[in-house]
Amino acid sequence: MAEVFVAAPDLPPPPSTTGAIGWLRENLFKGWFNSTLTLLAMAFLAYAVPPLVSWFLIDATFVGDAETCRAAGGACWSFIGAEFKLFMVGTYPNDATWRALLSGAMLVTLFVVTARHMLSPLVAAALWLLLPIPVYWLLGGGLGLEPVEESRWGGLMLTLLLAVIGVVVSVPLGVLLALGRRSRFIAIKSLSIGIIELVRGVPMITILFMATIMLPFFLPEGVELGVLHRVQIGIIIFSSAYMAEVVRGGLQGVDRSQIEAAAALGLRGWHTTVFIVLPQALRDVLPPLIGRCIALLKDTSLVIIVGLLDFLGIAKAASQDPAWLGFDAEAFVFCAAIYWALCFSLSRYGRSLERRGHGAFRD
Amino acid sequence: MTDLIAPPRSNPFAADKIVSAATQFLVVAAVLTGGYMLFVTTQGNLEARHIESGFTFLGHEAGFPIGDSLISFEPADSYGRAFVVGVINTFYVSVLSIIFATVVGVVMGVAQVSRNWLIAKLAEIYVEVMRNIPLLLTLLFVYGVVLAGLPSVRRSIELFDGGFLNQRGLYLPRPLPLDGFGFVLAATVIALIGAIALIVWARRYHDRTGVAVPSARISFGLLFGLPLLAYFVAGAPLDWELPVLKGFNYRGGLVFRPEFAALLLGLVVYRGAFIAENVRSGIQAVGKGQREAAAAVGLTPGRTMQLVVLPQALRTIIPSTTNDYASLVKDSSLAVAIGYPDMVSIGGTMIGQNGQAIEVIGMWMAIYLAINLVVSLLMNWANLKAQLVER
Repeated sequence: MAEVFVAAPDLPPPPSTTGAIGWLRENLFKGWFNSTLTLLAMAFLAYAVPPLVSWFLIDATFVGDAETCRAAGGACWSFIGAEFKLFMVGTYPNDATWRALLSGAMLVTLFVVTARHMLSPLVAAALWLLLPIPVYWLLGGGLGLEPVEESRWGGLMLTLLLAVIGVVVSVPLGVLLALGRRSRFIAIKSLSIGIIELVRGVPMITILFMATIMLPFFLPEGVELGVLHRVQIGIIIFSSAYMAEVVRGGLQGVDRSQIEAAAALGLRGWHTTVFIVLPQALRDVLPPLIGRCIALLKDTSLVIIVGLLDFLGIAKAASQDPAWLGFDAEAFVFCAAIYWALCFSLSRYGRSLERRGHGAFRD
Repeated sequence: MTDLIAPPRSNPFAADKIVSAATQFLVVAAVLTGGYMLFVTTQGNLEARHIESGFTFLGHEAGFPIGDSLISFEPADSYGRAFVVGVINTFYVSVLSIIFATVVGVVMGVAQVSRNWLIAKLAEIYVEVMRNIPLLLTLLFVYGVVLAGLPSVRRSIELFDGGFLNQRGLYLPRPLPLDGFGFVLAATVIALIGAIALIVWARRYHDRTGVAVPSARISFGLLFGLPLLAYFVAGAPLDWELPVLKGFNYRGGLVFRPEFAALLLGLVVYRGAFIAENVRSGIQAVGKGQREAAAAVGLTPGRTMQLVVLPQALRTIIPSTTNDYASLVKDSSLAVAIGYPDMVSIGGTMIGQNGQAIEVIGMWMAIYLAINLVVSLLMNWANLKAQLVER
């Protein structure tokens, strides 16, 4: 009987290439340059993190008044707690706060339902388009509800209102502008290009100034428009031009063969656009559209320059409250955290849509 | 042979042509009527409010002081000059911000794809935090919290002899050229021309012979060495005007005010994050095979980045970064929120004084549109250069 060759069992990999040590060597200390960078970064962290942690948590005051805060020396989170209602809804009357809450709940529900693809795209789009009606009724009152002046709308509520209505109205307008830009009618085409490029070429603040200062000049006598509505119009104009460019990208991405196929089936002009081109284009540009929504949400903070007290404006104003002087850092940090959470989760949602790719709305 | 099928004759009365012409006519008519009605209403409104129209106001006395100005400005100067001061400030802060934001963006973008885990994570945190917070919030925070937290004038931090940092700004010695400084300037110009000539020659020489000349290092040495040499040969022809504490504030010297510093810092960290994201995605878009091939022919990681990855990445980086530059210029209008006198905040003051909003807003728009046009022309040119690399 010949001896059967039996291979010795594999040796384990050298301990320096596996486990925690291997990971460290591979990712932090590969070569002298890499090691130097790591050490520098660690030195930076050791310098920056402890004071921040002690300000945020260890020395921070969670319960107490301004005096307790000043004595402790750290962040004064009780200030945020005390002014929480102001941050959320501005000076909206107390007995009507439920109306703001209900509007917020409607927004959140609609968002969740849309994001989880629980509705067909058409129903979702229709609900979003209709959303401003009940929200305006709830916030503004009338028809059985106590009216609330627009000057009392503020805080996060106002930011979300400006952003959501801005998006909901500017997407259809953007679609129209984008279609106009591709129109074979030269007059419509040049008009659309003119509007899009003019608006995109100037800063948002000039559009807001135009809306607040110049719009009253344009209106015939006797027609009054509150500053909130003027600002909202400015935001919608500004956003539409950007939405149009996003939609145009989608329109260009729809393959020519789709249009030819539609023509072969006997569809004409508008039918091809509405039933063949637009659905595909809009589905493809959902991620960049969400990117524009994020940008718009951040841009609404500019309304404080024309005198509205949105979330950022309230944060700035709250830190001027005589009872709580000197805590503007806390107000800004809180404000930044909320903005960040909103924008970051929206951008994650956009990325998840991108990963779902072309199947995004095909269920 | 005659054609069996007659070519379609164009018929001016075909249905779709009539529809097309009618639609266009209606649109044009609607726009013109709307425009005319707007014009009439506006004119009526302006007359009712006793607001002048036209640009004659630009010659009137402004009557307000301007904190930061690169050209001399007195309250007795005209509105026109005030607006020019604002335009110059907009350009000044935009150009500086673009330079710094590009540096920050490239460093952070490369850091995001670094093989060093810690560095990559830190860069990613920076990008994700700054991108998702409104610029205006960052500006107000830097201006109202970070810079306002600096010590008062009396307790200024003395950085070095003649350099002070306090709530009112950063004070540095101001260089005053003496006789013979022209010699140093001439040396700088010569060094610049020499460096460019060297780089051009080195590239041709390399193409012809394959021998690489370390032109970057030599020209770097030339750019710094020659002016420095000339400076000492000419007997150090520079005097320094030091800021001196007089009364409640420092006088003299070079001042960077907190408004300017906050705007610069805010624009740089915000836009830098976007540019970093462009750089990251540009680098990651370059195929892995390119890098492996570069390693196979024996290029070091640094040379791979410089010769293989970056030239290809630039093709995707340049277009998106162009848009970021244009956005940055527009974002500089947020200066109005912290009181840096750019053209929007000076124009805003003018509207407050004489109410001629239409003219001022028209001037803003014209200048921003012109800037946008120039930026996109420049970048189209840069893009063309980068695209040529493609084979």
